[in-house]
Amino acid sequence: MLKYLEGSHAVSQVVAMCRPQVISAYPITPQTHIVEDLARLVSEGRLDAEFINVESEFSAASVILGASAAGARAYTTTTSQGLLLMTEVLYCIAGMRLPIVLTCTNRAISAPLNIWNDQQDSMTVRDAGWIQVYAEDNQEAADLHIQAFKIAEQTNLPVMVCMDGFILTHAFEPVDIPEPQEVDAFLPAFKPQHIVDPRWPRALGLYADPRFYMETRYILHRALEKSEDVIKQVSADFSRAFGRPSGGLIRTYKLENADLVIVTMGSVAGTVKDLIDALEEEGKQVGLLQIGSFRPFPKQAIYRALKDKMNIVVLEKAVSLGRGGILASDVRWSFPRGERKGRVISSFIAGLGGRNISTDSLREMVERVCLEPVELDFLGLNKEIIAERDL
Amino acid sequence: MIEIRIHGRGGQGNVAAAELLANAAFKDGKYAQAFPSFGAERIGAPVQAFVRIDHKPIRTREEVRQPGYLIVQDRYLIDTVPVLDGLKPDGLVIVNADTCPEDLQLKTTATVATIPATEIALEIIGKPIPNVIMIGAFCSITGLVSLEAVQRAIREKFPGKMGENNVAALERAHEIMQKGKGQPC
Repeated sequence: MLKYLEGSHAVSQVVAMCRPQVISAYPITPQTHIVEDLARLVSEGRLDAEFINVESEFSAASVILGASAAGARAYTTTTSQGLLLMTEVLYCIAGMRLPIVLTCTNRAISAPLNIWNDQQDSMTVRDAGWIQVYAEDNQEAADLHIQAFKIAEQTNLPVMVCMDGFILTHAFEPVDIPEPQEVDAFLPAFKPQHIVDPRWPRALGLYADPRFYMETRYILHRALEKSEDVIKQVSADFSRAFGRPSGGLIRTYKLENADLVIVTMGSVAGTVKDLIDALEEEGKQVGLLQIGSFRPFPKQAIYRALKDKMNIVVLEKAVSLGRGGILASDVRWSFPRGERKGRVISSFIAGLGGRNISTDSLREMVERVCLEPVELDFLGLNKEIIAERDL
Repeated sequence: MIEIRIHGRGGQGNVAAAELLANAAFKDGKYAQAFPSFGAERIGAPVQAFVRIDHKPIRTREEVRQPGYLIVQDRYLIDTVPVLDGLKPDGLVIVNADTCPEDLQLKTTATVATIPATEIALEIIGKPIPNVIMIGAFCSITGLVSLEAVQRAIREKFPGKMGENNVAALERAHEIMQKGKGQPC
């Protein structure tokens, strides 16, 4: 049923329909409304789950690690400093192959302190062995959670659903909220494959000396690569069951005849689509390639979509300091040996710490990359602030 | 697409105003989007909230920079925040003030309207929260969102006495604006 509600509220309603058995989370802006809602649903008896209060995100992640190892469908949500505080446990969860779902309400990283949106938090833990998917709008944010539990439990890999903080979490817009029985039909009850149980002692993630450790990392790497098929399949199944496209590895918009392709992920894709329509009316053919799954990184799908495109610009809300665009690097390496030649792949960092990404600034970006390749630039910098510094 | 920017201070119900207005537009059968731009996350700090209303799904996520409509919940913000920035020359700005529009001496070609929303809020709701009165004035002047839908949105968000008081305040705002102007000059 189409409802008008806040993004956080849409996510908490849908997460509840996925019937997590254990939830543990520590409140942090802009994730707070999700965890408040879920706590309320549990306390009112409308969600049959254990909600475990903790003193930090490190403990929240540890609690759900244990819960998942014991065979429970487990869920947490965090952002920014909270996600970084979880980092050690995130690697353990992936290494132990626990199918946990985490919502990251993307927010900037300190210092300086900033509560607003960018994607530096999830991008920083991209190598932890989690599947990472990015939502364009609140409909997709809600839908991706239903898919995430299914993908996680089919692959024994944890899934991080990333949605832009404030821009999505605090936005009110219409979202089609499914009926609980529809979700039940799509997402069967969790049947754990390996349970830690005192009646049948076994250990998880204990110790691997140099004879074994490398193989565990290789196997995890291959599992992530192979999860591409599951992500695609679950997305297709979801579209059939719920009647709307959602999720998947990549999505495109007006790509076919485009002379220039913008590659991005997350909520800014909506703004980009409006710009593409405006440019089309002016006779300019620009297309969009939207990354749905950032890990695994669907390099073959990206290559297939972009192999005839000679002018590409990557727009992202995170930066590898001292290197440049993270998504841009990955896109550049998606082309096989020799295929980079003659191809322009520009890189723009935008929207850090909640800086508004305006249509005007995107238009300037398009105009610039139509004239010359841009190795790396930051969109919409205030030159007055940086002028006094010795750069 | 209709774009509205709401200016106020933390505690004046700016985000709630955006939420209610967009929800009402949704109830009127339109697509709507509302989102806040928080400042320092404390009572009294300047806050902005944005509303978009359209007949097709709304995709853009940028802040509203060229609004057709401005709702200003605290007239003294005009001296400290560039409230009028980007307002369309033929737009409308509604200010919470107990003076007539001319007295504000706003530097804009847009239409200016005033309503003593804080006084009305204190009288009917018992709290200096002007948001529903400002929404009432907006609906009354523009007719872009139906009062009936706003009433339903208010009752949904605030069940019981609080909702009824807010509905009464909304109706008072409508009556005042229908009489011609918010404040006799």
